[in-house]
Amino acid sequence: MKITEYLKKNIVYLDGGMGTLLQSRGLAAGELPERWNISHPDEIKNIHLAYFNAGSNIVNANTFGANSLKFSGEELEEIIRCAIENAHRASAECALDHPRWVALDIGPTGKMLKPYGDLDFEDAVSVFAQTVKLGVKYGADLIFIETMNDSYESKAALLAAKENSSLPVFVSNAYGEDGKLMTGADPAAMVAMLEGLGADAIGVNCSLGPKALAGVVEKYLEYSSLPVLLKPNAGLPRALDGKTLYDVSAEDFADEVCSLIRKGVRIAGGCCGTTPEYISATVKGSAELAPVAIEKKNITCVSSYTHAVCFGSSPILIGERINPTGKKRFKEALREHDIDYILREGVAQEEKGVHILDVNVGLPEIDEREMLTSAVCELQAIIDLPLQIDTTDAAAMESALRRYNGKAMINSVNGKKESMDAVFPLAKKYGGLIVALTLDESGIPERAEDRLAIARKILVEAERYGIDKKDIIFDPLALTISADPTSARETLRALRLISEELGAHTSLGVSNVSFGLPTRDIINGNFFSLALANGLSAAIMNPYSTEMMKTYFAHRALMGIDENCAEYIAFAQPLAEAVSTATAQKAPVAAPAEEYSSELRGAIVKGLKERAAQLTAELVSSLPAMQIVNEHIIPALDIVGAGFERGTVYLPQLLMSAEAAKASFEVIKSNMTGGNAKSKCAVVIATVKGDIHDIGKNIVKLILENYGFSVTDLGRDVSPEAIVSATVDLRAPIVVLSALMTTTVPAMEQTVRLLRKDAPWCKIMVGGAVLNAEYADAIGADKYAKDAMEAVRYAEEIEKNLGK
Amino acid sequence: MKNTVYTIKFAPPALDRGEILRYAGVRGDAPEIRALLDECIAEAEGKFRYTVCYTEFPIKREGGALNIGFTVTQSSALAKNLIGCESIVLFAATVGLEIDRLIARYSTLSPTKALLLDALGGERIESLCNSFCKDIATKKSAQGKVLRPRFSAGYGDFPIEEQVKIFAALDCPKRIGVSLNESLLMSPSKSVTAIIGIK
Repeated sequence: MKITEYLKKNIVYLDGGMGTLLQSRGLAAGELPERWNISHPDEIKNIHLAYFNAGSNIVNANTFGANSLKFSGEELEEIIRCAIENAHRASAECALDHPRWVALDIGPTGKMLKPYGDLDFEDAVSVFAQTVKLGVKYGADLIFIETMNDSYESKAALLAAKENSSLPVFVSNAYGEDGKLMTGADPAAMVAMLEGLGADAIGVNCSLGPKALAGVVEKYLEYSSLPVLLKPNAGLPRALDGKTLYDVSAEDFADEVCSLIRKGVRIAGGCCGTTPEYISATVKGSAELAPVAIEKKNITCVSSYTHAVCFGSSPILIGERINPTGKKRFKEALREHDIDYILREGVAQEEKGVHILDVNVGLPEIDEREMLTSAVCELQAIIDLPLQIDTTDAAAMESALRRYNGKAMINSVNGKKESMDAVFPLAKKYGGLIVALTLDESGIPERAEDRLAIARKILVEAERYGIDKKDIIFDPLALTISADPTSARETLRALRLISEELGAHTSLGVSNVSFGLPTRDIINGNFFSLALANGLSAAIMNPYSTEMMKTYFAHRALMGIDENCAEYIAFAQPLAEAVSTATAQKAPVAAPAEEYSSELRGAIVKGLKERAAQLTAELVSSLPAMQIVNEHIIPALDIVGAGFERGTVYLPQLLMSAEAAKASFEVIKSNMTGGNAKSKCAVVIATVKGDIHDIGKNIVKLILENYGFSVTDLGRDVSPEAIVSATVDLRAPIVVLSALMTTTVPAMEQTVRLLRKDAPWCKIMVGGAVLNAEYADAIGADKYAKDAMEAVRYAEEIEKNLGK
Repeated sequence: MKNTVYTIKFAPPALDRGEILRYAGVRGDAPEIRALLDECIAEAEGKFRYTVCYTEFPIKREGGALNIGFTVTQSSALAKNLIGCESIVLFAATVGLEIDRLIARYSTLSPTKALLLDALGGERIESLCNSFCKDIATKKSAQGKVLRPRFSAGYGDFPIEEQVKIFAALDCPKRIGVSLNESLLMSPSKSVTAIIGIK
């Protein structure tokens, strides 16, 4: 019988700890326990046998750390072969008649994934894939992924298991006392992601005792439609007479685990510090318990690396601003691969209070797949909102879904066969909440009933893929009332029909309704309100629109889902204050004009970002761009730069001014009609391979940009080849390299060597904590710059000599 | 026989604003920077997780070499630090990944705040190490013992490569979520490992 069949009617028992038992049998400190599969097969078999005899249905083969990062190919294969054989031998020797299975055990790699570590996501998938293939080859009955404390690594392992086997997969994560994974995910977020990726059972192991894990387990039971597993430690370790003991006894352990079995846990065992005695006590303690039925939870949600966002009575706001449609500046950013611009849009919308970010970077002349994937990776590195991946390119969609650290929203599918054929397989494989547009081969039906019919058709097709109704959210499409006066009414009717007839959630791109009309905000805000009254669950919207936000907060207050109207008050109070100050004398933070002979200069010197932007906006209509730059911005930077060199201005102050100058430049850039301002020569900047420090590099970049250099930032941990190739492509006269670790200086040296060979024209400037002038000389660089100002001075010198 | 490794959580140590500003390169009075720092501190509130894992090893002197349980070393700088000591406490401490995310977030939005947050993270991890050492000092003083200043891999002639053995001995990825990359950098970046001699 397959474990998944047996699980339907029974409580399944796992094994307990392995490490402590191996140590008591003589495993030395620092010795890798996986090698014992080969050197001590009987010891390993006997441990497994003891667990089977204690009542375990599943034992984990001794393969926790068996991966290609720790073992060479040949040894890895032998370890896994022997490990599974040892466990099967134990099963054969067990005299009891309960059903037994052998799991391939997969633990974390011990490496942190990018961007905060150096293991690439796809490399992690490959490492796990290798172990999975060997486990399948040597006869594992299931795959047990455990002790994962990073959601992204859990995803890599689960993906590898699903792509390389058809075995059942259990996934178990290790939670801290705060009820989150080390990298931030709460239980609801993990349930959403792991269910979406097709795990067969999910749960919790290690780190704490059963009592301390109870809260997390209860959350799993609340959200999961899959069987929930629990494999806690025997409490916390302490040393006694040179031995490690754990503070929860077998009896107490069994009591606590059994009380969670009563609440719905279906798979139970132990982790660090537990022994066959603990398992035996748990099996006996729960012998009379009937397994609690596993219920489908019918929760519609998406998740990020930290939390889930569930659709229900409170409307969900999806920020629409990461989208180039109709935005000249955004298109330019995409063409220049200016990810920072996208990140700023993301953060600004987050600060406005949206719950999900739509990400659309489609532009005919760019590689959408590459752009979308890097936008998703960069956004999820710094913003904890779930993302809605918005593209019509299936390859781009797959690549982004694969790298997404959570359960994404998929925008979109529609009733056309071609669309469903492309999107549903991706949603099935990677998980996701699919936005389904009620249109098909014959277009958007006029009548609401016909849109409902398309929705029904989409549901039927989704079911064929095993995609649940809860994972589809319908967009009945808002069309402009300026073209057809009945269109808004039909959309509202469709909303009501879909929510009432199908019991499904709905979403709407609200602002289409006002296309072609003046002051569209007024129409949008009112239409949003009507849509909410007709059952709308989510809106793709512009969070900078005050009318839309007014509707949102007012709706929640009126529907009684904003306790004490607290959020409404927090939103509305500043609005009232803004009105009263607008009528009074407008007095922005003073920037002393006289002292610096122009107010903009003063604002930049003082580092007043908003004020600098505002003053630039006022000047931009009357003065040519170059005049603003040369007469206001550059002189201000010179004042600050000179102060920094004298030691009267400190680094943070220099940076504040640089940021203010950047804000000015941004205003100038977005107001420029055709043709860029003349910029200085190209500079390639990077933190070298192996080094992930980039604060210093970013400072130098910002100041160089301020002084007009056209800086291409390759980021951190950049290979020598990538630096050379960018330098050659741009024929950049200046390359700036940064390194902070002694261990990464060799990578810098290698980069310099390669540059000398393939880009002999360029001047190389280096900096970073471990460097000095002598060191720079020794590795063959042209210049050591001790700080950002020195870097600017040197770059200006090179620039001046270029023409000669 | 493997050593018992303990994992402990700490309450937030008291904040030292002067130290943060020093890390950020500010020496004089700078009211606008102070205001921005307050903003950073407010934003980072609740984002730190103060965790330490540690174990103890006896010291064995083997000829010119020093056996400190997890490694045998010829380092004279460490030998000097450990003169008169019978054992060491080996520890790894971290304030968690969230501060790295905040720093990364502001690298693009506001390098000034990134710089201040980096300084804040540096001060937080140092303060955590100080809190931990204080705890150990209290425990050891009951036995009439004192602590030597903490000593990390990469100091003097004690090579940074020892980090690999330190990580193996403490099982840092599993216990406190700190991992070591190819160039021996730690993630989260605001983490410290060190040896404390017990005299």
